[in-house]
Amino acid sequence: MDKSKIILCRCEDITLDDVHRLLDEGYTTFEDMKRLLRVGMGPCQATTCGHLIQWQIANYLNQPMEEIKIQKVRPLTTGVTLNQIVEGIKHED
Amino acid sequence: MIYADVLIVGGGPSGLTAAKMCCEAGLSTIIVERSHILGGQLTKQTHKFFGSKDQYAKMRGIDIAVKLQEDLASFNTLTMMLETTVVGLYEDKVVTILQHNEYKKIKAKAIILATGASEKFLAFENNDLPQIVGAGALQTLVNLYQVIPGKSMVMIGSGNIGLIVSYQMLQAGIEVKKVIEATDRIGGYKVHASKLKRLGVDIQTRKTIKRAIGKDQLEAVEIVRIDENFQEIEGTSEIIETDLLCVSVGLSPLHQLASMMNCKTTYISELGGYVPLIDDHFQCSVPGVFACGDMVGIEEASSAMMEGYLAGLYTCNYLNQPHLEAESLISHYENQLYELRNGLFGRKTLRGIEKRKENLIHA
Repeated sequence: MDKSKIILCRCEDITLDDVHRLLDEGYTTFEDMKRLLRVGMGPCQATTCGHLIQWQIANYLNQPMEEIKIQKVRPLTTGVTLNQIVEGIKHED
Repeated sequence: MIYADVLIVGGGPSGLTAAKMCCEAGLSTIIVERSHILGGQLTKQTHKFFGSKDQYAKMRGIDIAVKLQEDLASFNTLTMMLETTVVGLYEDKVVTILQHNEYKKIKAKAIILATGASEKFLAFENNDLPQIVGAGALQTLVNLYQVIPGKSMVMIGSGNIGLIVSYQMLQAGIEVKKVIEATDRIGGYKVHASKLKRLGVDIQTRKTIKRAIGKDQLEAVEIVRIDENFQEIEGTSEIIETDLLCVSVGLSPLHQLASMMNCKTTYISELGGYVPLIDDHFQCSVPGVFACGDMVGIEEASSAMMEGYLAGLYTCNYLNQPHLEAESLISHYENQLYELRNGLFGRKTLRGIEKRKENLIHA
């Protein structure tokens, strides 16, 4: 099995190999991986990689999926330009 | 700032039914929908539904989508915002949206989240090759846009979606070479599996995909037999030539918007993943925020619609503007839901709902 050819995060092209390497280095939370690999920060916002990485962490730590937290969700869900925000404020009452 | 009594996020089966109840109670209601059409997954479902008349049985999903929209046509208190994405949700019930590239704010007295689910993906070698698609994407291409993306197909997953989509692809002229299933039994209804078998489609259990093969796009797949621990059994490899691979290994609730508002969520495997914790009235841990449909647990569209009606009715109660027939409608739709979950397939859902309740008490 070539782990470098198994994609877990399609937005950022992160492979199983990348994730396993971080796990071996001791980074065992989704939040750690998000900061180091940008998983969950692309257009799909972890809807693809979320459960795949959660499962890899659970498997690695030998814990049930229920115990594995995924990333904190924050606004914005999609790209908004500064111009759009400025224009939006203009119409504020 | 745009003001409304109720903001509904998602114009699928549960969002549209919730909207009907709110509008009938006289509440000003906004539906925000990312797509250019309403109906959610119903807009691709060319098959007929099961159940009773109240659950839209014998109707095709695509026709139910039209019916649900017709039910809303007469209300002038309803605003539909299509091609509109929710960008942020905040605890004071201010919602920011992007509507045709314009950034706007909505403030609602109550919010109903009906965002549905996303497809689960699978980890195998070369899983990013073109022509590897989810069942939802395939239905969109073939059923909605009449685009035939391949000549032959291998389907991974024998749940109802995997079986139904395989049948639809046969109808569209795609050769279905195999349906494979990792567990020891076919996941979906026997009636769907039998339909495929009668047409000569091989459904094999205890098999999984090891890798996709192809240079610029999918050319073949390697399938292997697996043991009860889902480990590959050596010497069982089989190469199947195909230019399309469909992955249908389940759905995950789209819980993200609830999490964003700090509604409590928990992972419940029976419901498909992380879900917001809701009380018996579909209310999340943040007062005035309701959630229904696949977002609170993966079920069929029939259940999502019953949940939508109920979430709508309970939202009206919360805003002290109950629907005129609230009492009878609530008991009617609660009964429908009970019936829908009464079968063999409902047991898992009921177990999940029980866990969701327990978690809410502890939260």
